Amino acid sequence: MKRALIVFVFFAALTAMWSVAAASGRWSAVLLPPPTQVAEYLWSAIRDGTVLLATMVTLKRLLVGYVVGVGIGLPLGLLMSANQWVRDTAGALALGLQTLPSVCWVPLALIWFGQSEGAMLFVVVMGTVGSVMIATDLGARNIPPIYARAARTMGSEGLHKWTRVILPASLPFLVSGMKQGWAFAWRSLMAAEIYVTILTGFGLGHLLHYGRELNAMDQVIGIMLVIVLIGLIADRILFSPWERFMHERWGTGRI
Amino acid sequence: MGGATAPVQLRLAPSPVKLAVERVTKEFVTKRGTVHALDDVSLQVTAGEFVCLVGPSGCGKSTLLDIIAGLTRPDMGKVLADGDRITGPGRQRLVMFQEPALFPWLDVLGNVMFGLKLTPGLTPSERKERAQHFLRMVGLESFARANVHELSGGMKQRVALARALAPDPQMLLMDEPFAALDAITREQLYDDIQQIWQATRKTIVFVTHNVREAVCLGDRVILMSPRPGRIRKEFPIALPRPRDINGTELARHASEIARALKDTVGTEAQR
Repeated sequence: MKRALIVFVFFAALTAMWSVAAASGRWSAVLLPPPTQVAEYLWSAIRDGTVLLATMVTLKRLLVGYVVGVGIGLPLGLLMSANQWVRDTAGALALGLQTLPSVCWVPLALIWFGQSEGAMLFVVVMGTVGSVMIATDLGARNIPPIYARAARTMGSEGLHKWTRVILPASLPFLVSGMKQGWAFAWRSLMAAEIYVTILTGFGLGHLLHYGRELNAMDQVIGIMLVIVLIGLIADRILFSPWERFMHERWGTGRI
Repeated sequence: MGGATAPVQLRLAPSPVKLAVERVTKEFVTKRGTVHALDDVSLQVTAGEFVCLVGPSGCGKSTLLDIIAGLTRPDMGKVLADGDRITGPGRQRLVMFQEPALFPWLDVLGNVMFGLKLTPGLTPSERKERAQHFLRMVGLESFARANVHELSGGMKQRVALARALAPDPQMLLMDEPFAALDAITREQLYDDIQQIWQATRKTIVFVTHNVREAVCLGDRVILMSPRPGRIRKEFPIALPRPRDINGTELARHASEIARALKDTVGTEAQR
């Protein structure tokens, strides 16, 4: 209860400062609309379904891209951890690709796939795979070897060893890797949506883009708030349960 | 060097032989050269016997245990369990390490059940029952749902013991399992392990550098010397059980072995 109150006071104060700044008249309302104007835009955009529709379009792309990215990155990461050759080759490639900001994939995706859903998906997948691979490899190679030895004496070999020992033992690294992959996927998608105008679906990035085109600052800020909110909620739904489980089992997370 | 370092011919243990180590040699090649971990080591253990391997660090006792477990392969020689050559780890020979090596992603019961899930022919309810039975044996039945990090060091080793006992192996291999525990916890565990051994009659090979511990637990104490790792001498311990680690008779045996141990380190220093 006390925590909720502190959170509320913090954000109320932030909004109040914003209101005061907007009301001071130092900046034009075109550049800094008051919070009420942003709230009005959001309310109308929610009522006419614009926000909901764009959110659905964006989330669908994100989920598909993320699932594909993890589906490729996780097994490749495990392979990397088990095999020096894979680490030297695919691993080096993944590390290199990770240094490439995912926006840089947009021109290539546009030329290859045109202004299509395929281009969107491609950018998200490329943004996700590398970081998931690297985190998985790191996780699997940081497992104390004693776990594998103990498991071996009890007759755990092959697939059983991978699914019942290596994967759960690297869970702390996996979750942070998946989380990082999620963040990368989200960033890639927003970049793609802002740059790629396509007709098959109007996502949140497009709303943001047209906010700029129309010089509608209330729309720009409003959609940014929606994006932040979705990121927070996704984190809570997708990763918090895992993190809670880990903190309880491993006894981590308390200082 | 002379005859003192020649491999000691051990007396043939009365049958049945559970475990036979035959002329095992193992070398490790490192950057700094070749380490002669084991040199022509032979040893026999009878069914139900409690054998302790003692020696200074580097005498190859842990390597020998690894080879018996099937985790490491000898360069020469072989190890037979019930007359069959050991080629890899097997459910009949479970290992307890110096670290508990419990899995942090499972709770206590889940850890004890890990090996049981790999034991064929058990229904889920039988597994659970058996796991609970062995948790009771080590006195931790009320901690079945606890997380590993919530246990003390001694409790963790008890869980590791229950985990090793649960699949009903014929042999327990223990690699300094109590070395990292405090003295009070350790003494408690000496009582427990003797009691459990007498109740289950497992064949136990126990590695330690603590002479008193070896005398307290073993039917036989086998002294090893380092570089190259060899068996030096063996001491049958005929004291009545349960033995008290602080007993005077036990101390007499321990000091005899400690003297012999000092000699092995001494002859090495002269070289």
